[in-house]
Amino acid sequence: MKSLPMPTGKDIRHALLTGLWFMFLTFPLLVIKVDPTEQTVTWRWANLLWVGGASAAVALTCRLLAAHRAARAERLRRMPDQASPHFPKPPLLFRPERLLPLSAIAMLFFLAFPLVFSTYQVNIMTTALMYVILGLGLNIVVGFAGLLDLGYVAFYAVGAYAYGLLHLHFDLGFWVALPIGGLLGALFGILLGFPVLRLRGDYLAIVTLGFGEIIRLILENWGAFSQGPSGIADIPRPGLFGLDMTLDQSLIYQYYLTIAMALATVFVVNRLRHSRIGRAWFALREDEIACQAMGIDKTAIKLTAFALGAAWAGMAGVLFAAKTTFINPASFTFLESAIILCIVVLGGMGSITGVVLAALILMLLPEYLRALAEYRMLVFGAVLVIMMIVRPRGLMSPPRQTYSPSR
Amino acid sequence: MSHAQFFLVGLAALAFSACVAGTSWASEPIKIGFAGSLSGDLAPYGLPPLKAVQLVVKEINAKGGIQGRPVELLVEDDACKPELATNSATKLVAGGVRAVIGHICSGPTKAALPIYQAAKVLVISPSATSSLLNRDGEYPFFFRTIAADDVQAAAQVDFALHTLKAGKIAVLHDKGDYGKGLAEFAKALIERSGTAQVVLFEGITPGAVDYSAVVQKIKRSGAEAVLFGGYHPEASKLVGQMRQKRLAIPFVSDDGVKNDTFIKVAGKDAEGVYATGPADASNNPVTKAYREQFRQAEGSDPGAFFDNAVAAALALTNALAKAGSTDPEAVARILRSEEVATPFGPIKFGAKGEPVGIGVTLYQARDGQFVQVR
Amino acid sequence: MEYFLELLFSGLTRGAIYALIALGYTMVYGIIGLINFAHGEMYMIGAFTALIVSSVLSIYGLPLPAILILAALAAAIWAGAYGFTVERLAYRPLRGAPRLAPLISAIGMSIFLQNYVLLAQTSDFVPFPSLVPEFAFLEPYGAIVDSSGLTILAVSALVMTALTLLIKFTRTGKAMRATAQDRKMALLIGINVDRIISLTFVTGSALAAVGGLLIASHIGQINFAIGFIAGIKAFTAAVLGGIGSIPGAVLGSFVLGLTEAFATGYVSSDYEDVFAFSLLVLILIFRPAGLLGKAAAEKV
Repeated sequence: MKSLPMPTGKDIRHALLTGLWFMFLTFPLLVIKVDPTEQTVTWRWANLLWVGGASAAVALTCRLLAAHRAARAERLRRMPDQASPHFPKPPLLFRPERLLPLSAIAMLFFLAFPLVFSTYQVNIMTTALMYVILGLGLNIVVGFAGLLDLGYVAFYAVGAYAYGLLHLHFDLGFWVALPIGGLLGALFGILLGFPVLRLRGDYLAIVTLGFGEIIRLILENWGAFSQGPSGIADIPRPGLFGLDMTLDQSLIYQYYLTIAMALATVFVVNRLRHSRIGRAWFALREDEIACQAMGIDKTAIKLTAFALGAAWAGMAGVLFAAKTTFINPASFTFLESAIILCIVVLGGMGSITGVVLAALILMLLPEYLRALAEYRMLVFGAVLVIMMIVRPRGLMSPPRQTYSPSR
Repeated sequence: MSHAQFFLVGLAALAFSACVAGTSWASEPIKIGFAGSLSGDLAPYGLPPLKAVQLVVKEINAKGGIQGRPVELLVEDDACKPELATNSATKLVAGGVRAVIGHICSGPTKAALPIYQAAKVLVISPSATSSLLNRDGEYPFFFRTIAADDVQAAAQVDFALHTLKAGKIAVLHDKGDYGKGLAEFAKALIERSGTAQVVLFEGITPGAVDYSAVVQKIKRSGAEAVLFGGYHPEASKLVGQMRQKRLAIPFVSDDGVKNDTFIKVAGKDAEGVYATGPADASNNPVTKAYREQFRQAEGSDPGAFFDNAVAAALALTNALAKAGSTDPEAVARILRSEEVATPFGPIKFGAKGEPVGIGVTLYQARDGQFVQVR
Repeated sequence: MEYFLELLFSGLTRGAIYALIALGYTMVYGIIGLINFAHGEMYMIGAFTALIVSSVLSIYGLPLPAILILAALAAAIWAGAYGFTVERLAYRPLRGAPRLAPLISAIGMSIFLQNYVLLAQTSDFVPFPSLVPEFAFLEPYGAIVDSSGLTILAVSALVMTALTLLIKFTRTGKAMRATAQDRKMALLIGINVDRIISLTFVTGSALAAVGGLLIASHIGQINFAIGFIAGIKAFTAAVLGGIGSIPGAVLGSFVLGLTEAFATGYVSSDYEDVFAFSLLVLILIFRPAGLLGKAAAEKV
């Protein structure tokens, strides 16, 4: 690989202009700070220079990189014999023959994780794994069936409150609540599914968003039912045959439990993908009309997608309630749905490995960005944008599945 | 000998001499945690307390620490979210803290307490006011340097009934944990009084662009006073729109409203608004000293819960020093039995960790600041 | 009856507030089919710019009308510039990408801009001066109608008319409609599609910024998070009316605003948002493309 080309005068002029534009753009917000009550103004001119310099430098680098890439493409076009073959091999890590050892290594890493890292790290990893489950669940709805759902967090809330309330009123334990949470999630999925059968694309998105908000607002306002904003406290952690566990042990147990759940999710979702329903979902995603013409029952297929997706969210909700031991409606805002959707899209719609990777990255990123202190969320937002631009199809866009006729 | 080796040898020598000279590792720091909202919408409530604790810790370390041991502060951000608070708490406990100042919001405190309890870590919250916290004294190591909601609600209702002589009262809240809890206490107290009635009990949507519909509803209800449970952004919008719609009845609110930001934001509409809060501490020499330090460091006046956090940090460090160890039982005993000078005057703690000596006082906004009523 | 009128005016004010933001949403959606989650941030940035400019000008002692006009101008210019830049950086590179990629990019942009303003300015609420003067002729009706609410109503009506005329009759408007209908075809007949899309973003953002100024002046306070909350409601309103349609956005906004006001007035404000979203679901069940949206014939 050759180094970057030397910047030409044109490149430098472009960079300077970009710098000037950003100086203009950020001028009022970054330079002037007023105190309207005291009637004083602070001018922070130094910020202007920083912005100008930084944006010019970034613009120059991007331009040179692009030129470099274009030059290389040109070289390859001229000398076809040196070019890579038509079907470039997948990157080293993802070749099929590497899959087994790689997943074995990953498995070992996750199993050994609590032995190596502190309880705190284990706790964070448990949270990240819960988002793996959520991401895979939403992947059924958005990635497989192509139904944009912006209110997925509602089912998560249903599961969490199912456990919270069942414990509060009937003193039911985690293991009883887990299937009930899943079933209730599925039920609510169907409940949402019915009215939106006719809606498409972004209309579906806004209705699901509204549905998510309705569930949260009801939990917030119907105090007699849900204890309102003060939430439900002292929800027990999952038990293990009545064993008495210290906090540390219980957290590690929960970690393994979440891993097991995540693995089960991966397994089921993977089987679903290749099943009759799964192929019907893909057909629905690609072309609704053609799908119907093939004799697929659109209603049933849509409803199963909603129900199955929501069931996972319900179970994840039960896990969440057991993990935090405290739930209140504030945990189930629209932003949560948006983050889960980011996981699915960033992972590559429909790709299981991608979603798992994206969930781990997006959930662990803010934790390890803590070093950036107050710049954390700023960087998080920027990373989302950049990742989308660099890989608009997600980390791994799944190859189109082909099925050869059985002989 | 490389630098690293030299350093290690030096360290070993130091440690050895310390072992010979004293009974314990004189230089081993006492770790104290701080957990609260340092990012997100509620960061303005978490940052001033953090500064307060940092000031106190810095001062103690400058004086040679607690019994020769420096104090080390571990800081965690929970963004006021219960699910993050359990992470923060686990991290602090894993980091070996003996006591925590925090959390800032009631919900996260509630979620984190079992974790601290299991590790026998002392918790002093400067700002969690929920009366549901430690209602039955189930957390013997929980303390707070702020009066609980039921105390505040009682003061508000007492004022509305006996000083304002209101017979019809509208009780509003912001649907939040804090505001709704407070409003429900107030409602129950008014109904129990028998002399007044609650003519309207409603939650307003925080962040809404306009509250005029609810203002018209207050007007129609014929209320003679409004009690509001919640924070200053909604309070200032509500008061502003009440005045705009020519509704001049008294507005009584809480500690979440009694701050300079409310007066700044509400401007002339703030005039005459009542709010409960901890007793006025501004003339106390301790308060003056710390506020001055803050001003020198930050160039601005400290915000919400600063004095409460100073009080928490002073009470904790005092108890640690007097107990002579970090044994939570011993420290808790000192906290309950010995008074310590804080911005609120001398305080100690009751059986359920409630502060004895930090009461609730009623304030009114007059000429751009909250002054004590009476 | 008076109570009804009061609630009616409340609802209309709310509706007009939503409309000012919803118009930009619907314009952008109409032209590139993107739910621009960062649109609410344009409203917030506009409000902050207006605050900064008006405070500086009032320190130099300018009269109120001059401050109002200059602040509105500055807010529109800078928010427009932000809209232009956001489109160039976060959406244009994703033009050929799968449908959901720009949506995620928009969510990222929204998080980025909120935190940018938080860091550059403050995390706290800031008082916003009332830039709209009190109209003396409203004094007798003061309990029902207030001047800032009335101004917002008038401006949103004006803006809707102007936009409708612009899109119906001007060359640019025609180019916008052509781009919305078929981008490739528009390119073929010599429309500079990039320029038209940029222009749409600039116009939408500038509108949101003027809205930001008026609304902030009505409520009297701003912080970095106001855009997100108002944005979601405005988006709901735009979809309710039929996303992509200018009169639809305004109609949807008023329906939403009035529903909320009457729900608060006659039922309880505890459930105002539940009513709003339930109405949305109901309307979309019976009219899947919104109130004024045309159900596009599906081509096979």
